[in-house]
Amino acid sequence: MSDQGIITAAISILLLPLLSYTLTFFFGKKLPRKGDFIGVTLMGIALIQALRIFITFWQIGNPAHRVEQAYHWLDLGGGFRLDAGILVDGMTSVMLMVVCLVSFLVHLYSTGYMHGDRRYERFFAFLGFFTFSMLGIVLSNNLFFLYVFWELVGLSSYLLIGFFFHKATAAAANKKAFLTNRVGDWGFWLGILTFFTACGTLNYFDLFAQVHAGAIKGPLLAWAGVGLFMGCVGKSAQMPLHIWLPDAMEGPTPVSALIHAATMVAAGVYMVARLAPLFGPEALMVVLYVGAITAFVTATIALVKTDIKRVLAFSTLSQLGYMVMGLGAGDPVNAMYHLTTHAMFKALLFLGAGSVIHAVHSQEMPEMGGLRKKMPITFWTFLIATLAISGVPGLSGFYSKDGILGSVLAVGMMKGHYLPFILGITAAALTPFYMFRVVFLTFFGKPRDQHKFDHAHESGWSMAIPLMVLAFMTLISAGIPGKTADKGWFSRFAAPYDVAAISAQYEAKHGGLVVASAEPAAIAEAGAALAEPAAAHGENLHAEAAPAEGGHEAAAAHGEAAAAHGAAAGGHNSHVRHTAHVRAMIMSILVATLGIGASWWTYHKLRVNPAAIQARLPFAHKVLQGQYFFDELYAATIYRFTLWWSVVCAAFDRVVVDGIVNGAGYLTRLVSWVSGLCDRYIVDGAVNGVATVLQGAGEGIRRVQTGRIQTYLVYVSASVLVLIVIYRVL
Amino acid sequence: MNVGLPHFLTVSAVLFALGLFAVMSRRNTVAILMGVELMLNAANLNFVAFSRYVQRGIDGQLMAAFVIVLAAAEAAVALAIVLALYRNYGTVHADTAQSLKR
Amino acid sequence: MIRDLVFVLLALLTVVPAFWVVFSRNIVHAGFALLFTLVGVAGFYGFLGADFLAVTQLMVYVGGVLVLVLFTVMMTHVPAVGRRRHGLDRLVPPAVFAAAVFGVLYKVITVVKWNVGEASTSPTTAEIGTQLMTNYVFPFEYVSIVLLAAMVGAAILIRERSHAGSDDAIAEEKQEARP
Repeated sequence: MSDQGIITAAISILLLPLLSYTLTFFFGKKLPRKGDFIGVTLMGIALIQALRIFITFWQIGNPAHRVEQAYHWLDLGGGFRLDAGILVDGMTSVMLMVVCLVSFLVHLYSTGYMHGDRRYERFFAFLGFFTFSMLGIVLSNNLFFLYVFWELVGLSSYLLIGFFFHKATAAAANKKAFLTNRVGDWGFWLGILTFFTACGTLNYFDLFAQVHAGAIKGPLLAWAGVGLFMGCVGKSAQMPLHIWLPDAMEGPTPVSALIHAATMVAAGVYMVARLAPLFGPEALMVVLYVGAITAFVTATIALVKTDIKRVLAFSTLSQLGYMVMGLGAGDPVNAMYHLTTHAMFKALLFLGAGSVIHAVHSQEMPEMGGLRKKMPITFWTFLIATLAISGVPGLSGFYSKDGILGSVLAVGMMKGHYLPFILGITAAALTPFYMFRVVFLTFFGKPRDQHKFDHAHESGWSMAIPLMVLAFMTLISAGIPGKTADKGWFSRFAAPYDVAAISAQYEAKHGGLVVASAEPAAIAEAGAALAEPAAAHGENLHAEAAPAEGGHEAAAAHGEAAAAHGAAAGGHNSHVRHTAHVRAMIMSILVATLGIGASWWTYHKLRVNPAAIQARLPFAHKVLQGQYFFDELYAATIYRFTLWWSVVCAAFDRVVVDGIVNGAGYLTRLVSWVSGLCDRYIVDGAVNGVATVLQGAGEGIRRVQTGRIQTYLVYVSASVLVLIVIYRVL
Repeated sequence: MNVGLPHFLTVSAVLFALGLFAVMSRRNTVAILMGVELMLNAANLNFVAFSRYVQRGIDGQLMAAFVIVLAAAEAAVALAIVLALYRNYGTVHADTAQSLKR
Repeated sequence: MIRDLVFVLLALLTVVPAFWVVFSRNIVHAGFALLFTLVGVAGFYGFLGADFLAVTQLMVYVGGVLVLVLFTVMMTHVPAVGRRRHGLDRLVPPAVFAAAVFGVLYKVITVVKWNVGEASTSPTTAEIGTQLMTNYVFPFEYVSIVLLAAMVGAAILIRERSHAGSDDAIAEEKQEARP
């Protein structure tokens, strides 16, 4: 496909879901089957287009290749202009594939799951709208449109979480999601504005070049990066804004699969990965710790939850924590890889859970059990996904998670921050434990609720096919390692940005940098140049990543480090990374085995009684069951402060403002009384006199208004004549 | 005599004045409409004459063509109004419809 | 010389029936007189070399508008004769003003020195078509919208008024349609 063809296909992918939304929203009620086939068909076409782009980039095989087209949209004067632009590169093509595939399968699945709902057609309309917004985030080439679609995604998630709005919990959940996201978006917008003010552009690659040239640096760069990251914290549900995601499970299960597992929450990760060069080392450290804490804390909560969807929700949070941790470790490639693989197996897990819920009409695992025989397709696909998320070697989750853990360990070894790795590896041990707990409680053992068990049955084809497709994708997304590069298929699509090359392109295009402070740029370039030979002989995992990494770090360290030091660091880094990856791999295989074994011992063999442990550690259980009391904490602090502040404001309003208003009112009344006296005797006399005269005149003129059009026409022509005469005379 | 632009303009002026008079004086709405048509035709005649003698292009004729189209639209709406008037008041006299006065 | 003769004949064909249109008491007669006036104007168009307009005038006015007028006259059942005109008080001011307008126009026509030049007469249809599709394409499209709006508006205006909901109105219309 040519570049132009890619752009055309990308635009068609963006617009098809919008078309689906429009058609279904306005005409859905009148169409047969309430128009669900429209959404499914259009998403199918979009999926085919995404597949074409994906294959094109596969054939190109160069992560740095990108196709960008911008349309001039708005000129604010003073050199500030906004473009509506499309950017397609390897990362985009993977995201397009993920979003379109999951969205298509969820559309298909929903025809079965939502069957008979009163607002069936509205559901499909919202799904289309969400997909459109998400694709907008993926395809945008500048921060402004990224933000616009970011908010649209927030809106559609609001609509879909609250789809069962007659349920009070659902209504509260969507409000919570929206408000929590607002907090993150506030920081995100501040970050965007900071970059815009400093660099005068919002285009990604222009920004990279500007940042590389030092248009923004030091604390400002750090804070702006943290601002952008706040957007990610809100949307990807990181600590401490993670509280909305578990509640968002009030939405229909296909929505949970689409939004709260595979795509929307991935938007934050995608954003940070896409904007990786904008994050300075300080900001990355924040990202790293937030991710690590989230991964660990939410994994512990997942241990005790009994609602199957909630367990999955907390596992999603934990996996998102991994991705963010990977970003923080300066390894956006593995973060995106994990995003992709996670999208597949987590969507599969949610759809499988939906299938179970559909069958037994309950979300509580203590009411399930023994469903393996009754629902074989659901069981086997669910098992595949569970193995993948647990990090069993050979399945996709192992490679991506291991890549992240390796990078985190490398950072720990280089900078002495070992805590993130410890948290991460602990979470990696907890993940298989609680995931197999779900499998054992749901599919194995004896049915605990005979009535519900008798009622259960395998779901229809519209729900089974998506499960099988996703299981297939989960199996193959590990890829066939070895042939092209050590990192497998994903390295064809994503690599760390080569900022120096981007800068050079930018300079060639614009004839020099707008905000050029020559010194740091020169140092960074020297660093990159010197790092190259060091990396050339490295035959390890990160061979091709090293030059850019070295250049990046040199640029970041321009304050204190000399160019030669940067080169040495580059050579040293790749060695450390190699060691770290080997160690991390061994450890993660160990902990995965440990987790699965412990789960099997506890929940299948029943050798350990969980209730006994629970009774032994009442406090720990209470904390975990209460999700570390984040909601209560916010209720006690933020909500209460808001309420208190409102009371203060109200008091101020009542005493001060009202006092001023009332005083003014009293004064006005006094003046009015005086003025009234004047009015009555002086003004009224004049007014009445005028009125009498006017009334007389009106009586006379009234006769002119005959109501006959023709009379009016006579007046008009007379007036025209008079005007002509006046004009001639004067 | 040697026919020239002023002759056409004079004919047009006569038509216009007659149309104006009809519009101002006739009671029957249909007759008023006929007056309007006369005035429009007078204007059109001017356009074509100017297009021929002064401007020497095609623009005047195009303008006249547009006027003809709009006159057709106007006639359709006006006659519909006449029918509505007849239906509501039982007559087509313009001065019966004077509820505006009240 | 022949041009002069033709002009005089056309002028008579146009103006005399126009007087009839204005002064006739019989609305049907007025309508038929208008027919002659319009044909006369069409003749003028042809005389001025605007062949396309002449044909358009015949088709739209004579074929369309006039038929519409006559239909309306018949549908509103106005008796052919015996209609009083307005009283003198309603006739004199219009007459005065119409005459005054004519006077002003005539004055303008005679006073102004027209920058006259003779154009070659050639078929204009192709040129008009080209212009409509190029320079005048926006007015052309716009006029088509106006026509559509007029058509819809006319249809709405002459619909039967109903007091109940629209479904009832349709039902009523159906009943009325049945003899």
